[in-house]
Amino acid sequence: MTKQMTGARMVVQALKDQGVEVVFGYPGGAVLPIYDEIFQQNDIRHILVRHEQGAVHMAEGYARSTGKPGVVLVTSGPGATNAVTGMTDALLDSIPIVVLTGQVPTFLIGTDAFQEADTVGITRACTKHNWLVKETDRLAETIHQAFHVATQGRPGPVLIDIPKDVQFATGTYTEPAQARTGHYQPKVKGDRPAIEALAALIEQAERPIFYTGGGVINSGPEASRLLRELVDATGFPITSTLMGLGAYPGSGKNWLGMLGMHGLYEANLAMHDCDLMIAVGARFDDRITGRIPDFSPGSKKAHIDIDPSSINKVIHADIPIVGDVTEVLRELLEIWTARGRKTNRAPLERWWGRIAEWKQVNCLSFRNSDKVIKPQYALQRLEALTKGYDRYITTEVGQHQMWAAQFLHFDDPNRWMTSGGLGTMGYGLPASIGAQIAHPDALVINVAGEASWLMNMQEMGTAVQFRAPVKQFILNNERLGMVRQWQQLLHGERYSQSWSEALPDFVKLAEAFGCKGIKVDHPGDLDDAIREMIAYDGPVVMDVLVEKHENCFPMIPSGKPHNEMLLGEVSTEGAITGAGAALV
Amino acid sequence: MSALNIKKGATSHSAYELRDPHAEVIETHTLAVLVDNESGVLARVIGLFSGRGYNIESLTVAEVDHKGHLSRITIVTRGTPQVIEQIKAQLARLVPVHEVHDLTVEGPAVQRELALFKVVGTGDHRVEALRLADIFRANVVDSTLESFVFEITGTAEKIDAFADLMRPLGLREIARTGIAALARGA
Ligand SMILES: Cc1ncc(C[n+]2csc(CCOP(=O)(O)OP(=O)(O)O)c2C)c(N)n1
Ligand SMILES: [Mg+2]
Repeated sequence: MTKQMTGARMVVQALKDQGVEVVFGYPGGAVLPIYDEIFQQNDIRHILVRHEQGAVHMAEGYARSTGKPGVVLVTSGPGATNAVTGMTDALLDSIPIVVLTGQVPTFLIGTDAFQEADTVGITRACTKHNWLVKETDRLAETIHQAFHVATQGRPGPVLIDIPKDVQFATGTYTEPAQARTGHYQPKVKGDRPAIEALAALIEQAERPIFYTGGGVINSGPEASRLLRELVDATGFPITSTLMGLGAYPGSGKNWLGMLGMHGLYEANLAMHDCDLMIAVGARFDDRITGRIPDFSPGSKKAHIDIDPSSINKVIHADIPIVGDVTEVLRELLEIWTARGRKTNRAPLERWWGRIAEWKQVNCLSFRNSDKVIKPQYALQRLEALTKGYDRYITTEVGQHQMWAAQFLHFDDPNRWMTSGGLGTMGYGLPASIGAQIAHPDALVINVAGEASWLMNMQEMGTAVQFRAPVKQFILNNERLGMVRQWQQLLHGERYSQSWSEALPDFVKLAEAFGCKGIKVDHPGDLDDAIREMIAYDGPVVMDVLVEKHENCFPMIPSGKPHNEMLLGEVSTEGAITGAGAALV
Repeated sequence: MSALNIKKGATSHSAYELRDPHAEVIETHTLAVLVDNESGVLARVIGLFSGRGYNIESLTVAEVDHKGHLSRITIVTRGTPQVIEQIKAQLARLVPVHEVHDLTVEGPAVQRELALFKVVGTGDHRVEALRLADIFRANVVDSTLESFVFEITGTAEKIDAFADLMRPLGLREIARTGIAALARGA
């Protein structure tokens, strides 16, 4: 039986058949036929954003908090170009997103028509794959293929550019099962000899560590479960990247905290001194490795990743294992169990002894104040007062983001959404809305900096319109704090353009959007303000005036090895050499 | 080489190509990439090279399987062993890429390039050009009283050598196709 329908109807039908419940979008001339179809149905909910970048970040928040792909619909030209930052963000953080863009009719392509842009050309470098569909008969199949590519292997954003005449014309609908997903079938099972070799190393290791990343979360909840089982059964310490928080519980007994540039002292030193590093779904980003030749010089490294290009890209892997984290961890557990679940007990105990010494440095300690709110203290209180809640956290980018990663704890995957790879200011507010749309009854909080928050604040309108009761927890230091910190440490305290001048009154701004505004500037009032924010049934913008010149420590300056970390309250003079200053 | 006895191959196992990662020697490799013949595929491959800062010494592309809509791209590239492995892995993860073969490591391969040379001159130069063309087995495909167009096929080195000899004899223009390559044997 062949189903005939217009291209526009096909889009909606294909989305339904893919199980899509929500689309984040913004209309325009080149997608009007699709919007017409959206109007005439009730299965798919459309969230009208205020800027197309917001739509993509919302889709990311939706995707990360559910494990399902996020869907975006925007018009041609400016609609598509506005979505570019979001797609690049999703590419670097491996988030499955399907973006549908309208395009001028096929017969106008190449004529500099109104709102024409070479969308597939522009987005080739910021998508996993993209398609320009020129025939209505190919449209449904392409959409099904797009979902396949976005979600299989290492996930990522894809884009389908649909000319307006293709939307109007009638063609044959292809069911998902009939769509050729072709040769794109990434390898998910790891090679057994390599996994056996890793199991043997696990038995012998004296100073082992698990180093995990966002790939564990992308692999699904089963990967986190298997990871917990393996970590607890081996008794090995575990650290994670910014992207991997929550895969192993923050309250777990083997947890060392986050590693990397602003990671914990004990996590970074354990990475530096280990003799077996088991990297799981992590990619040795420069924020993790610091100076490459000094990166964990004495260890054997096993690297489990679904993307073969991640292996040996930056750091040589002694045991490369290409496969899906879930599959590989399951097989590793099986093999290691069959061999008797052995570990090298005595040295492992000594290793934990050294780690205990590093922990005593208490690297997150800060000097609290009873006069001004320290940002760390604000996050400690937020953590304490939201502990029992069904909680999702998003962040913007800057110091507040790093403090959030240090001071908030995640006991489950998919609860923490932050722009890791691209570091996109303006991510957090729309991402919080996306997460809230997916989890209407949860407590969704965006930990923000005032500067980042302003970059996509227009989306408060979306939150109000769609009754998404997101809480915007703005740590307002009236500074581009992270920039200011680098200028202090690296650029002779010349604070070039790192002030947030002429800030709006956030309470009035909140009210202007039709939501609640709260301002707090004294530590003694903080708890009540946080309680008020949580209790309010609707979106809240909370302006937390914090210490303006607090620095985020620990910090491994660019170009330095892990064991040359700066801690709070220590002199930072001469911390970064000329070569390091050139790094970002 | 790998201590693990893992099957080596070009596409899915490229991460297992465990040659000395610290070697800083620059190697030249010829890669054969089988891709879907769809619009934008060449831009994708070239964009990968420019975006990640890899070298392209030569690149040829043409459809090789009309029914299967497959094209073959032959790329000659240079880099350290680690970079070459990255290039192969990055190519292999492009969605329209079916296979990546490193002809330089997968056994003996034949490589050929075709070039057209326009040589302008009279008298002794003209006679000498014709004599050298004969030695290089180049064919005359066009001639006037003061010019020849030669067609030559061979390795890139042979064509370079022919160009060096033709230069003093009035070489005006060269058009080269870039390298086509196939593994030897069945
Ligand atoms: C879109 C974008 N532009 C510029 C930057 C560079 N940048 C990184 S952090 C930062 C300052 C952020 O200020 P704020 O949001 O107030 O956070 P704070 O560091 O003060 O906590 C800037 C400008 C960026 N990451 N993203
Ligand atoms: Mg700030």
